[in-house]
Amino acid sequence: MARFLARRIVQSVLVLWASFTLAFVVLYLLPSDPVAIMAAGGGEASAVTDEQVAELRETYGLDQPAWRQYLERLADAAHGDFGQSVANGEPVGRVIAESLPATLQLAGCALLVAALGGGGLALAATWVRRGWLRQALLSLPALGVSAPTFWVGLLLVQLVSFRWGLLPAFGNEGWDAIVLPAITLALPVGSVLAQVFAKSLRTALAEPYAETAWAKGASPARVHLGHAVRNAALPPLTVLGLLLGNLLAGSVVVESVFSRTGLGRTTATAVNSQDIPMVLGIVSFGALVFVLANLLVDLLGPLLDPRLAAERAERAVPA
Amino acid sequence: MSREATSRAGGTSRGTGGVQPPLLAVRGLRVSYGAAEVVRGVDLTVAPGETVALVGESGSGKSTTAHAVVGLLPRGGRRTAGEVVLAGEDLAAGGERALRARRGSDIGLIPQDPYLALNPVQRVGRQVAESLLIHGLADRAGARERAVELLAQVGFDQPETRARQYPHELSGGMRQRVLIATALAAGPRLLIADEPTSALDVTVQRQVLDHLERLTRDRGTALLLITHDLGVAADRAQRTVVMSRGEVVEAGPTNEVLGGPRHPYTRRLLAAVPSLAGPRLAAPRAARTPDGGPLVVADRLVKDFPLPRSAGGRRLRAVDGVSLTVARGETFALVGESGSGKSTTARIVMRLTAPSSGTVTFDGLDATALTGEPLRRLRRRMQIVYQSPYASLDPRFTVAESIGEPLRAFRVAGRRERARRAAELLERVALPASALRRRPAELSGGQRQRVAIARALALEPDLVVCDEPVSALDVSVQAQILDLLAELQRELGLSYLFISHDLAVVRQIAHRVGVMRDGRLVETGTTERIFDEPHHAYTEELLAAIPGRRTAGQPR
Repeated sequence: MARFLARRIVQSVLVLWASFTLAFVVLYLLPSDPVAIMAAGGGEASAVTDEQVAELRETYGLDQPAWRQYLERLADAAHGDFGQSVANGEPVGRVIAESLPATLQLAGCALLVAALGGGGLALAATWVRRGWLRQALLSLPALGVSAPTFWVGLLLVQLVSFRWGLLPAFGNEGWDAIVLPAITLALPVGSVLAQVFAKSLRTALAEPYAETAWAKGASPARVHLGHAVRNAALPPLTVLGLLLGNLLAGSVVVESVFSRTGLGRTTATAVNSQDIPMVLGIVSFGALVFVLANLLVDLLGPLLDPRLAAERAERAVPA
Repeated sequence: MSREATSRAGGTSRGTGGVQPPLLAVRGLRVSYGAAEVVRGVDLTVAPGETVALVGESGSGKSTTAHAVVGLLPRGGRRTAGEVVLAGEDLAAGGERALRARRGSDIGLIPQDPYLALNPVQRVGRQVAESLLIHGLADRAGARERAVELLAQVGFDQPETRARQYPHELSGGMRQRVLIATALAAGPRLLIADEPTSALDVTVQRQVLDHLERLTRDRGTALLLITHDLGVAADRAQRTVVMSRGEVVEAGPTNEVLGGPRHPYTRRLLAAVPSLAGPRLAAPRAARTPDGGPLVVADRLVKDFPLPRSAGGRRLRAVDGVSLTVARGETFALVGESGSGKSTTARIVMRLTAPSSGTVTFDGLDATALTGEPLRRLRRRMQIVYQSPYASLDPRFTVAESIGEPLRAFRVAGRRERARRAAELLERVALPASALRRRPAELSGGQRQRVAIARALALEPDLVVCDEPVSALDVSVQAQILDLLAELQRELGLSYLFISHDLAVVRQIAHRVGVMRDGRLVETGTTERIFDEPHHAYTEELLAAIPGRRTAGQPR
């Protein structure tokens, strides 16, 4: 197990490095100049002299050759220092830390909605006996996956906030303001979860051990919750680890639609202003969240299925 | 209770003495899957404490009948007519909820495959005790205690430890005993066992059946034993019911049904069972050519596999100093239980696995030293037929493509020539030429195995390794395939290295037999000698474990 963990951590570090490098290359190749943008957007100081531009470049290290910039930024990033925003000079780390709580709240609520909604839908679909109802329930996730997030968000705002006046449409204030954005953000993630979980539940219920349970006189509730769910939980859990990245990415759209502040909005602003250090920092942070989530999923696996623990103990020994 | 109140008179039962009302009476049962009727008017009774065997080949409807009794038909299956009466009460009358109350408590089910029938993520003890909790017969602590007792009763040495283990930590035989304990937990009056030992080795099979017999006898539990193995029926059941194509064709006391079968189907079934007494198929060996030494000589083969540290040892010696010879035109059989190393030995002979030490000489050539083109030429001369004809044929290939593939791989024939050869080979294995265009899914198991044999013969090999070639097939089909193998050997002078766990099959087909256990060849000899005067204790044990050797249908 320790060996397994060590290998996974090494893999995680590689993923972090790769995402940092890829983001750097893409940003560097973009045909534009952040300093020029900054200078042009400067408002009253629209007449920035060439010397001032050169000075700015030097401050941000943009006058260095690309490989040098890369190595320096990589070394700093390894120490957790992502430099300063080109847009406003604030440290990237602090900007992320400040905008994070709102997004964490949103993503957490969305995760809860997705897990409960998706899981509940999958259970309901395998539970009901009427064929047409089962089919209807099973076709819902496809709908949820294919509906664009911004469209769903606008629709919810139209109906729930403007027409019925039930919940606030915009802003970060209060718990009722988070309901609509959380649902919007949860929809695609919950739909994929429902699809995967419904499939694995059906597989589990068709296994002979489910028949053994029925033969003991078990009720549908006992067969589903007592036997099938735990056996069927691994695939949706694995998918959930992968979907966590989608939650962060989705917050970019959702926070814009619902005019919330948070990491998503910060990302959108940073991308628009070509704020290279900021974008690099956010991408690396996203990769870190993704890697940690998957590491967690890998550690939870053996708790769900004892056979995984045995397998890992075996594979840890070199052949 | 109402259980004893009303019951139909006249359900005769022998074996327990006297006329009793039956515990279970199935009358006019019909089951359909969509438009296909698979159980067509089955009548069946089981007296209290009696063991009844329900025998038949795959597709006979025996397993469907058993599942219909407990109302656990797979999705799509529907009972269309008939009644199932347990101790005078119609099981279908109260609907699903009432039936649920009887499952586990009145009727226990022992499923077919012990490897799949236990929940892999739950400790064994909890699964054994579950029906006690479901039916409110014990509280949590009481159920846990009872589970340990039950595990002790099915023969576990350290029941407390076992109860805390997960299914994957137990062997197949152990798991089947866990399932027996599970089915017995709530003290049902009827047990239904659906092929309870088909997935197990013969000595383990005997152990499990012994436990089952002892426990049902001690408790007076009736047993409906579904099996394809007539030997098991003969050994264990007082009465036998024979099913074919959804109907009961013959029923009665086991010694009468199997001793003097009246229905032609029963007779055919019995005649097909490879017996330990009847005539054998193995041809007198083809006259040896004067210069021909043995075709295969394996000398002190050893194969080690590295083991995980958690499993204690550093290496597993799968094959341990095995030496054997296969003469030209001879069938040499390797018998042994799973894990005995017989398949690994065959793979080394085939050069599919390299031995850790030892040599294989094939027709005078050191096969273990060959590489590259000479090895490829050698491969043409040995072919293999696998156990499962369902898995060994590519489902997307037509029969003609499957048979022609080795010819294509070795570029020995053009397209037209391949087609001609395929047709010829198909005729050899007694399949109609019309089968050439078909795909495996359109063929029966026996037909597929014939295709697999034709494919093995395509390159005109000297040696054919047959790895359990008939164990996935019904007995009547088994007999046909064995006939075919014997005939091909006579006509083509083939040598077979025949791997099997089934001693009765081996006795039919083999000239000489090697008995393997734990990687060692414990005994080698002519088939007559091995079966008539086994020298090694393990051989004796194997022979004694074959079902069908006890006096049939003794009342117990």
